[in-house]
Amino acid sequence: MIFLKLILTSLSRHRIRSLISIAGIAFSVAAMLTIVTVLQGAIGMFSGILSSDSEIIVFERNVSDLFFSNVPASAEKAIAGWSMVQHADPVLFGIVSSADHPIITCFGVTSADARIRKATWLQGNPANFDHHPDDVVLGERAAEFLNAKLGAQVQIGHGTFHVIGVLKTANGFEDGGVFMPLGVAQTFFRKEDSSSVVTVKLRSKDDADDFKKLVKTKYPDLIALEDDEFSRTYSQFKILKATAWAVGGCGLLLGGLGVANTMIMSVFTRVREIAILRVNGFSNVQIAGMIFGESSLVSIFGALVGLVLGTGFLFTLKLIPALHGYVDVTIQPFIVFTIIVLAFFTGVAGALYPATYAMRIRAVEALRFE
Amino acid sequence: MSESVNAGEGRERVVLRATDVWKSFDAGTIKVLNGVDFEAIEGQTVALCGPSGCGKSTLLHLLGGLDEPDRGRIAVNDVELDRHRSRLGLLRHEIGFVFQLHNLIPDLTLEENCLIPTVAAGTDKQTAHARLRELTKLTGLSDRLGHRIQKLSGGERQRTALCRALMNRPKILLADEPTGSLDEQTSETVFHLLLDLAVTEGVTLVMATHDRGMAERCDRLVQMRNGRIHESRPD
Repeated sequence: MIFLKLILTSLSRHRIRSLISIAGIAFSVAAMLTIVTVLQGAIGMFSGILSSDSEIIVFERNVSDLFFSNVPASAEKAIAGWSMVQHADPVLFGIVSSADHPIITCFGVTSADARIRKATWLQGNPANFDHHPDDVVLGERAAEFLNAKLGAQVQIGHGTFHVIGVLKTANGFEDGGVFMPLGVAQTFFRKEDSSSVVTVKLRSKDDADDFKKLVKTKYPDLIALEDDEFSRTYSQFKILKATAWAVGGCGLLLGGLGVANTMIMSVFTRVREIAILRVNGFSNVQIAGMIFGESSLVSIFGALVGLVLGTGFLFTLKLIPALHGYVDVTIQPFIVFTIIVLAFFTGVAGALYPATYAMRIRAVEALRFE
Repeated sequence: MSESVNAGEGRERVVLRATDVWKSFDAGTIKVLNGVDFEAIEGQTVALCGPSGCGKSTLLHLLGGLDEPDRGRIAVNDVELDRHRSRLGLLRHEIGFVFQLHNLIPDLTLEENCLIPTVAAGTDKQTAHARLRELTKLTGLSDRLGHRIQKLSGGERQRTALCRALMNRPKILLADEPTGSLDEQTSETVFHLLLDLAVTEGVTLVMATHDRGMAERCDRLVQMRNGRIHESRPD
């Protein structure tokens, strides 16, 4: 109890300094939580596009980005005909720009695609999809920012298209995108007879391994991955995840430096007190424990405040209309746990030098000049 | 066990011994102790007298294991310090310190300050509190347990420091000018208490002091000058 009070006493003696340290850790944790959660959410949403009513994705082997992948139509048709396949849907990804909107994602899909069939159509009729070469369907948000409704003509890239429907999906990327008939998209993006990916639903999930082997054998230039496998291994996702953790880590490092500064000041202003504890029998371990205890408290408290701040910030982001569908505030326990552990170790690391300094304080030198 | 013959009283145990102890600071430029030989007998009260800078505090620090001599040997209970089971054990169980300044932690209460040595030593709570009650009763601080240090008078603070020094029942108490920062009347009270406790607790007291009057009331008066012991006068 007294040991704990010694720790708390030091923190409360310099309240402002302690609060600044806690704030440093809290903002770092909030930033890390926000960045990692938003990016994980984005990755989840992008994966969601690919895994819509399917469990396997086939794409060109060794491409850095799915936008550069080419799956020949012949391969897609052959795969669709395999007995183990329930259905195979080609999807062509493209990015265009229009006035005031530098990036619009286009999805070239067939009328049988689940994205068209299972979406909520706010305007128009899915039965009309893919009847004319200049028809497009807009996601709800795309319709908003393009200021278009059913029957309107919209300028997308270098073409003008006729809006035959507006649909609503829970996925931000789809909601802000343009759906084109596959043939139209192939012509528009000059990728005749190919798609970016083929999403595959198997009759039985037990056939997944056989399916992947068959793809590898028949089409060495292609690769088939199950959805979770794809999410784990896709290089763009890995880069995004690494970037998120690195940026968050930098924030935490700054927070850790704040803790280190606080702890150094704490030790420097308590040299005499530490000397007295030594004279009264405190060991090096007990002295270091006190310093680490202080930094751990700052870190844990900062982490908790940061988690509250970050969660609040994420919910605020979700309320911003422009980000609707893009921000997924599902906070994963693993991320929370990792952030708390990182914050804790940052605090401990920040206290390493101060604790070492405190352990080296010689009582006799601190007390000699009374 | 080393023993010393005290005229007319038979054999007595030496609990503290310094043999040919030398100590200097600043790479030898400031010579503080120049071959000091010193002994304290169990239960004895010893006053170290001498002008400022003569080496009284340094000798106390060396005797208590807070510092190491450049040369010579220090033994506590007949075990040389460099061979002692641990200096930590010495500070936790065998030696208590009282300084000129009370050196209490201002944010803690009297009770919490006194309990610090028991926390260090891992004494169980019940034993520690029983000892605290016993000592605060002896020093007249029973009704001040929950008071913060800032609320205590100078005399009360020094009495608190005395309680803290005796919490783990050390058999040796080293006091460095314990009344040096107190007024005359409070000094007298604290000194009286110090001698009383030394007798009650059976503690060997070695006290550095400028006050000749107080020194003469100890069992032995040791006069130091220029880092040497010039006179050691038994009572």
